[in-house]
Amino acid sequence: MAERGSIATVGAFTLGAIRRLGQATLFLGQVLRHSGTSLTRPALTVREIYFAGALSLIIIMVSGLFVGMVLALQGYDTLQTYGSEEKLGVLVALSLVRELGPVVSALLFASRAGSAITAEIGLMKATEQIVAMDMMAVHPVARVVAPRFWGAVLSMPLLAALFSAMGIFGAYIVGVRLLGVDVGAFWAQMQAAVDFEQDILNGVIKSAVFGVGIAAVATFEGFDAPPTAEGVSRATTRTVVHSSLLVLALDLVLTGFMMRMWGE
Amino acid sequence: MSDAPLVEIQDLSFGYSSARQILSDVTLSVPRGKVVALMGGSGCGKTTLLRLIGGQVRPDRGYVKVAGEVIHELDQAGLYRMRRRMGMLFQFGALFTDMSVFENIAFQMREHTDLPEDAIRDLVLMKLNAVGLRGAAELMPSELSGGMARRVALARAVALDPMLVMYDEPFAGLDPISLGVVGQLIRRSNDALGATSVVVTHDVQQSLHIVDYVYLMADGRIVAQGTPDEMRASTHPTVHQFIHGEADGPVAFHYPAGDYAAALGIMHG
Repeated sequence: MAERGSIATVGAFTLGAIRRLGQATLFLGQVLRHSGTSLTRPALTVREIYFAGALSLIIIMVSGLFVGMVLALQGYDTLQTYGSEEKLGVLVALSLVRELGPVVSALLFASRAGSAITAEIGLMKATEQIVAMDMMAVHPVARVVAPRFWGAVLSMPLLAALFSAMGIFGAYIVGVRLLGVDVGAFWAQMQAAVDFEQDILNGVIKSAVFGVGIAAVATFEGFDAPPTAEGVSRATTRTVVHSSLLVLALDLVLTGFMMRMWGE
Repeated sequence: MSDAPLVEIQDLSFGYSSARQILSDVTLSVPRGKVVALMGGSGCGKTTLLRLIGGQVRPDRGYVKVAGEVIHELDQAGLYRMRRRMGMLFQFGALFTDMSVFENIAFQMREHTDLPEDAIRDLVLMKLNAVGLRGAAELMPSELSGGMARRVALARAVALDPMLVMYDEPFAGLDPISLGVVGQLIRRSNDALGATSVVVTHDVQQSLHIVDYVYLMADGRIVAQGTPDEMRASTHPTVHQFIHGEADGPVAFHYPAGDYAAALGIMHG
């Protein structure tokens, strides 16, 4: 009897998860259908790029700098064993541009901007601002959700690029300035080894996909949040957890796909 | 056609779930140009009735007709066309917290009209002046007192000179001065705009002063109706209990529950 109960619980959980995924997908479709306003009135989207993107600059840049510095320290230690310290620039640049830049900046973005988007939309719903807008014959998905969605989507690749750039700069400080790696070798080897399409473009594609994922989760959770303090708080937590897991899962899929595509 | 009521509600029934019926066979009409109050205790279905008039929810049976159109038969475009002619004041104002008072009033003008910025500015200042808050135009909603926020919300509700204005508990939580001010503003803006107003409230004394007609609701039904004078003079038990604020009567003090003694574990000897 207890076994049957636990099977039923697992079944109910699974069905609930699938239903929610379906709702989120329908919601994403609705956002895309109502994205016209974001294009015809770019000021709305630019405002959200400021809130989601510009205000995330500090955390992204500082984190990028530290990650790059740590990579240089760890990389130097290992490369030194094989007498290949001059490869440090390549190691850091490829790690950042291909993986760490898009993934870590996406995780930070989900925590910093995704949670803010969910909380803002959720609170607007809880304080009847969403329904007030709907009663004024202004579609809330077009006016509130779509600009935030596109603001987040457009910010993400730019932030990832900045993260990687700051990381490389951090590696330069540690590797070249502090550990004495040859400056010419550091930059020249990096330039020779980093491919625009396979590395940089793939990184940009990854971060754009992560941006769509985070923006979809954040806006859906906010719009779907129960209009209570507890409801908004839970939705905000779910945004961080779900979008972080989504980023990591998407990264696996994209990396596999890209490696196969580029024949690596 | 112009003599027909602006809002006609016929045999309206609604429940958020099949287990709990909120409204049962409600029939009422709101004549053009009048201020009509929907009164009743908390949870009697007043706000739900406003939501049905605004098309936020669909009735289970019956219909709501506004300006001759059945609301639940309208598609999204038709409903939005209708809502542009409606204004609504929400119980807690529902002001957009990321916009100043000025931007809140200008919101619908910017969304629905091609008016030049100068004209919008003049219109907004006129609306704010009418509620006595022209000087607060640049404040943010978080900087307003409860009474001021309600007046701004009122100015926003009538920003596009709607034909129908709905007020959801406009007097809730206001001090006596703000209460009188908001009451007078509702009456004045209705008459000045030639609009029709539906006021959902449980504030008896304030609303009886400003409305033309009253519907009293209890348990999702209309239990009495009449002019304010008729309501004051009514001997109907529910009306009497409500007008005089008696704790118990036809509207029971206790939410339905099982036997009290049994709940406390007291055995009857």
